[in-house]
Amino acid sequence: MSENSGFLTKLRAGLNKGDSFLTRDLGTLFSGDKLRDDAIEELESRLLMADAGIEATTWLIERLQSEVNAGRVKNEKQLRAVLKKFLVELLSPVSKPLVIPPFIKPYILFVAGVNGVGKTTTIGKLASRLKKEGKTVLLAAGDTFRAAAVQQLTTWAERADVPILSQGEGADSASVIFDAVQSAKSRGIDVVIADTAGRLHTQAHLMEELRKIKRVVQKHDPYAPHEVLMVVDATTGGNALTQALQFHEAIGLTGIAITKLDGTAKGGILLAIARRMALPVRFVGLGEGVEDLEPFDAEAYAEALINP
Amino acid sequence: MFENLTTRLGTVLDSIRGQGRLTEDQINAATRELRMALLEADVALPVVKEFIERIKVRAIGVEITQSLTPGQQFLRVVQQELTQTLGGVAEPINLRAQPPAVILMAGLQGAGKTTTTGKLALFLKEREKKTVIVVSADVYRPAAIEQLRIVAGNVGVEWFPSEVGQNPIAIAEAALAHARKTYADVLIVDTAGRTTVNEDMMKEITALHGALNPVETLFVVDSMTGQDAAKTAKAFADVLPLTGVVLTKVDGDSRGGAALSVRQVTGKPIKFMGMGEKSDKLEIFHPDRIATRILGQGDMLSLIEETTRKVDQEKALKFAEKLKKNKTFDLEDFREQMAQVQNMGSMEAILDKLPGGAQMKAQVAKANPEKQIKRSVAIINSMTKQERKYPDLIKASRKRRIAAGAGVEVQAVNQLMRQFETTRDMMKKMAGGGMMKMMRSLAGKMPPGMMPKR
Ligand SMILES: Nc1nc2c(ncn2[C@@H]2O[C@H](COP(=O)(O)OP(=O)(O)OP(=O)(O)O)[C@@H](O)[C@H]2O)c(=O)[nH]1
Ligand SMILES: Nc1nc2c(ncn2[C@@H]2O[C@H](COP(=O)(O)OP(=O)(O)OP(=O)(O)O)[C@@H](O)[C@H]2O)c(=O)[nH]1
Ligand SMILES: [Mg+2]
Ligand SMILES: [Mg+2]
Repeated sequence: MSENSGFLTKLRAGLNKGDSFLTRDLGTLFSGDKLRDDAIEELESRLLMADAGIEATTWLIERLQSEVNAGRVKNEKQLRAVLKKFLVELLSPVSKPLVIPPFIKPYILFVAGVNGVGKTTTIGKLASRLKKEGKTVLLAAGDTFRAAAVQQLTTWAERADVPILSQGEGADSASVIFDAVQSAKSRGIDVVIADTAGRLHTQAHLMEELRKIKRVVQKHDPYAPHEVLMVVDATTGGNALTQALQFHEAIGLTGIAITKLDGTAKGGILLAIARRMALPVRFVGLGEGVEDLEPFDAEAYAEALINP
Repeated sequence: MFENLTTRLGTVLDSIRGQGRLTEDQINAATRELRMALLEADVALPVVKEFIERIKVRAIGVEITQSLTPGQQFLRVVQQELTQTLGGVAEPINLRAQPPAVILMAGLQGAGKTTTTGKLALFLKEREKKTVIVVSADVYRPAAIEQLRIVAGNVGVEWFPSEVGQNPIAIAEAALAHARKTYADVLIVDTAGRTTVNEDMMKEITALHGALNPVETLFVVDSMTGQDAAKTAKAFADVLPLTGVVLTKVDGDSRGGAALSVRQVTGKPIKFMGMGEKSDKLEIFHPDRIATRILGQGDMLSLIEETTRKVDQEKALKFAEKLKKNKTFDLEDFREQMAQVQNMGSMEAILDKLPGGAQMKAQVAKANPEKQIKRSVAIINSMTKQERKYPDLIKASRKRRIAAGAGVEVQAVNQLMRQFETTRDMMKKMAGGGMMKMMRSLAGKMPPGMMPKR
């Protein structure tokens, strides 16, 4: 728990601003020791307004309803406990931290996602985190398309104090990443993190490009990439689920990072994704600073939502 | 997972026949389905509630005509109200100010402000023949200033230099002074992305507004945004007198409910939509297009409505008669047909309306149908009248001449002739059939799994 408490503190501050969307004024939902008639509907609205989506919301509400019917929800404390229990049940299957085994070297990590979600920023934060854990990291500037993407990643490499390999705008993304892996091999580097250009999952040729990058890198290591991390913006609505499904189909995702949880968005789409896909949530982005990335933990996340 | 709203409404409404008007019970049943559909489309819950109240008022007592089922009738009401709420007609950008007209961009991180700054600069330069200067007041995001410098270079407008370490307000003031001195028509000020809970940053954007006194303050919002769109839009509107909205990344397949949320909460018109990463991918906002998307994965009803409206009825009729009469279809007809397709709006816009259209769009994107149509028309234009009437005349030497005339390779002429022949065969088969039939055959050509599940 002490390891989680850092996450918990940050999450409480970032996610709720001292006021949980889910459990705000929870006491008012009771009259005496009875849950008010409209309480369930109110909680349903709160979940929907956090982008939990209809499927995950229904799942949670049905469970809550049966607890209520069984007479186990008589006061605020019990309601909190029940809500937390079900949130943990929903999220713990996807609460699996990223583990980089020492025998895979270099460990190759792709970062992908739609435009502007925070891929490059997350890479900067992640590189810094891994470096602090004692790993050597090389960044591959695989976004050769967007204006100043390489310069942006270069600044992040400096902040994290890790090397970067780039070929400049207009270069072939697959060849940049291939070269980075080559270079990491010869320099004995532990982890290669490859940035990729933002792309909408509806752009078939760009999804094909991702597959090509994967094929090319597999010339170095048939098991690569060892992690394909999709970055999801917490402000995204239902489309995030479509994104995850389509990216998964294209290159096979192994994890998700959810960014921008420090804003007003609640990232309930996390619940929707957890409900539909068994995709581990690896990290949570809580700001624009180099320190603002935390490993995801279901228990702590539920705790931050329930007891802000 | 998502069922088309048309289908859903059909289930709850179409069983009830023989009544002249929509009743209150029917409407209540229908609005429950509507609520779900709007939530699935990411319209913010408070906005959904308000919208549904308005629909109830409008739908009560609506007459059921012969041609539409009660479900379709209800959908029509919804569609009209939605389109109206989204803005009815597009509102143009306002530059009516003592030059330089200042445009201030604001929004969350990664929404597309910098990209849109470049797109707007290009739009104003090309369409409005304005001299435009852009400047970045984003001293926070790594390489944000450099990004704008590159984008400005690509679209050929002046970039006013700024640097990390400078004060954003000072940057804005210097840029404005420069724009005045050089008699620029427009100054576009790009700003850093900010969350609305960051008080310092919200104060900064207010101060930027104060220093610039912009004629347009545009809120840039990602069309994939969920429930947060309403909250964020309100928070920006609270500190800034917004004048308009730009909806970005509309080239994706999000349902776009954020458009309704933002429009309702701010009361400000959505002026543009971003349709891609490139600088020319900026379009005037089309309320009807977004309305259709919000209501379902493409809605056949509106597509058919639009098709019948836009295709020149008279021409189509003459065309069909001609086919029946002499059973020929020449290159002249082919050209006319292509003109009609063009007239219906961009191919992409049409695909947008079809169920599964987004995927299809991705596939045809490579083919670039609009460019092809233009090229085909150019090729036909460089033929003689005789050649158009008797396509079989066109042999190798004529092809070379035609190619040279249209400025294309001979292969392009060959390709066009093949296309023409395929179309001629198709036209023969469906001579006498109408547009509806063609639409149906188009739907039939969609790969399996792309039609909505019923
Ligand atoms: N508040 C906040 N902002 C973030 C977070 N992560 C990223 N950002 C900001 O989001 C914006 C976009 O981030 P990028 O890292 O450039 O996103 P990207 O996915 O690489 O974008 P493209 O490469 O253009 O597709 C930047 O302004 C970042 O500072 C986060 O956790 N919280
Ligand atoms: N597909 C698509 N991508 C877009 C569109 N508009 C912007 N983008 C992409 O979205 C990402 C973010 O765009 P930016 O212009 O950097 O966003 P921003 O709001 O300036 O971001 P910050 O300055 O970090 O807050 C980039 O990858 C853009 O290429 C659009 O209409 N369609
Ligand atoms: Mg990036
Ligand atoms: Mg920017």
